[in-house]
Amino acid sequence: MSTYTENIQQIAQRLLKECRVEMVIGFRKGSMPLMNEPCVITQPEAVNQLVWDSNCGINLTHYLTNRKEKIGIVAKGCDSRNIVTHITENKIQREQLVIIGVPCLGMIDRRKINAMVEGDIQSVSETDDAVTVATRNGEQTFAKMDVLQQNCAVCVHRNPVIHDEMVADPVPEQNGVDQYADVAAIEAMTPDARWRFFDELLAPCIRCYACRNACPLCYCPTCFVDESKPQWVGKSQDPMDVRTFHFLRAYHCAGRCTDCGACERACPVGINMRLLTKKLNKDCLDLYGWEAGLSPDARPALDVYKANDPEDFIK
Amino acid sequence: MKVIKIEKSDLAAGLDKLRGGYRLFGPVKDKTSHGFQELAAGQAPDLAFQNTRLSPKNLVFPQSETLLAYSLDGNDPEGHIAREVDKDYSPRAVIGIRPCDAKALTLVKMNFDTDAFKDPYWLNLYNASTFVGLACDAPGGTCFCTTTGSGPFHEEGLDVLLVDQHDHFLAKVLTDKGEKLMTAAGFNQSADGDAAVEKAKTAAEAAITTAIVTDSLAAADPMALYNADIWEDIAFACINCGTCTFSCPTCWCFDIQDEAQGNKGVRMRNWDSCMFPLFTMHTTGHNPRDTKVKRTRQRFMHKLKYFVDKYNAGIMCVGCGRCVRQCPVNIDIRKVSALMNNVGDAAKCAV
Repeated sequence: MSTYTENIQQIAQRLLKECRVEMVIGFRKGSMPLMNEPCVITQPEAVNQLVWDSNCGINLTHYLTNRKEKIGIVAKGCDSRNIVTHITENKIQREQLVIIGVPCLGMIDRRKINAMVEGDIQSVSETDDAVTVATRNGEQTFAKMDVLQQNCAVCVHRNPVIHDEMVADPVPEQNGVDQYADVAAIEAMTPDARWRFFDELLAPCIRCYACRNACPLCYCPTCFVDESKPQWVGKSQDPMDVRTFHFLRAYHCAGRCTDCGACERACPVGINMRLLTKKLNKDCLDLYGWEAGLSPDARPALDVYKANDPEDFIK
Repeated sequence: MKVIKIEKSDLAAGLDKLRGGYRLFGPVKDKTSHGFQELAAGQAPDLAFQNTRLSPKNLVFPQSETLLAYSLDGNDPEGHIAREVDKDYSPRAVIGIRPCDAKALTLVKMNFDTDAFKDPYWLNLYNASTFVGLACDAPGGTCFCTTTGSGPFHEEGLDVLLVDQHDHFLAKVLTDKGEKLMTAAGFNQSADGDAAVEKAKTAAEAAITTAIVTDSLAAADPMALYNADIWEDIAFACINCGTCTFSCPTCWCFDIQDEAQGNKGVRMRNWDSCMFPLFTMHTTGHNPRDTKVKRTRQRFMHKLKYFVDKYNAGIMCVGCGRCVRQCPVNIDIRKVSALMNNVGDAAKCAV
């Protein structure tokens, strides 16, 4: 991964110099350890701002919605799947894009690391499989697989599914991971226990909507919770309204979600709302053999009828 | 100034003595982080924290607060009359608030307590509260309070300041309210602690390694700042969520909503955020702040320019670093202020 940054900069510079794109969307170094900031580069001489490491978890597809320019975009596996979804849903045209593919080894969950170290993290360095953090108490090294975001730990599409450039050779995909163990555990609960589980899951929500706003699928011009004429959902901390937001948002993502983890990563209070979308991902896979965003030529599961679609839910 | 020594082993018993006369609030750890909440009988505040994930502003400014209640029943003689709901404004003590967060409440007070308007809900809760601060010995990497007019031992907004001395606290009693609380708790062991407090304060201030630059903001032309070419780049990454505003101890904006079910209703206020499009949506459908760039600019202009100009009391930020740590896309108010300050600097040099 050490060459990724250099290769991204070279590709971005070439694309800008050759006028193949008007801008390149990527990441620049963050102002604090374990964070990078999405950015847009429009000048070839500014490409040295671009970086790549395991703190590029934001899904950059979010920044493509309805743009009209010719755009170069840095895309790891999940971003590329959301780009496909964006193309399918007419939020961007394939011809506008030069996709700079990044084979991904997973993104770091900074909360996990923060919880495991004493004191503030002052600096971070990483190799392909290890992360070393320095605090005032000294250095600690973690195996990267132990500090990955949960969705990355079970990701089976690390390589971009669509790309025009690649910054490195593809990485091996993870085989034999149980993607849906967490969903299965919830499915196994009694209805009462499940209800309590979701109540506790959502209790810390402050309705900042960071999950929705980080999500590349949530591009509605006006979200249903923001409708005011008429207003569909109350604005208070009433648990019913909080649930309505989370449950309905999840359903809006059915058959579209790539489990990129943007929602959970963005949440300031650490709610794993991915459990909701993952259940729907699992249903789509089980019922229709569908995983979102793998090919721009396939119509989404909830967009087509097939004669052999399961129908035993119709009573 | 009076300094009282409190053995740590005596703290819980002292707090218990307060319970007859005060409701107690303090930091409590949930699964992963600390937050302020009411302490149940026998529950001690957990003072082993750097700062709480969310600010304690909800203690005086709840995220959702019912203001009025009404009946829509035409046969009810009280029908269609909005009445204030009963509230508990009995004395309360907030134990372990950080100095930055107490200073933040004094900034918010400038908005809720003016000559023209006095917000009864906010003021009643604020005035009912005695704030026992906990000085900050180990500030974090995103703490920049010392350049905001606050500091790890800052006393503004506090009634008592506790300074940790390993096996005991030195309590600086700062107000009559604080004095009353210390007496009620039975803390009365005078100590000659000024030197120790000063020493700890100097060490804590030296431990703050990061700063916000604001010196040219007051003199800057507001329109030059407003029209500066910095905003597109600052706002590009912004996803327009409310994380920064909701975690901020100084953000005070709210929305008023009526919620009725059947023929009963309440009028409530909920935190709102200048990051949300709906915040400025007119009933006509026109939205004067219709893009995220405009909304992002508003947040920083309010904190770093409009507030500065309106109150002449520095910036509307206490350097707690919550927005920096929690922003999903790493927008950093220190960087933004530096860019805004540069605009002010450039204007100074213009002839």
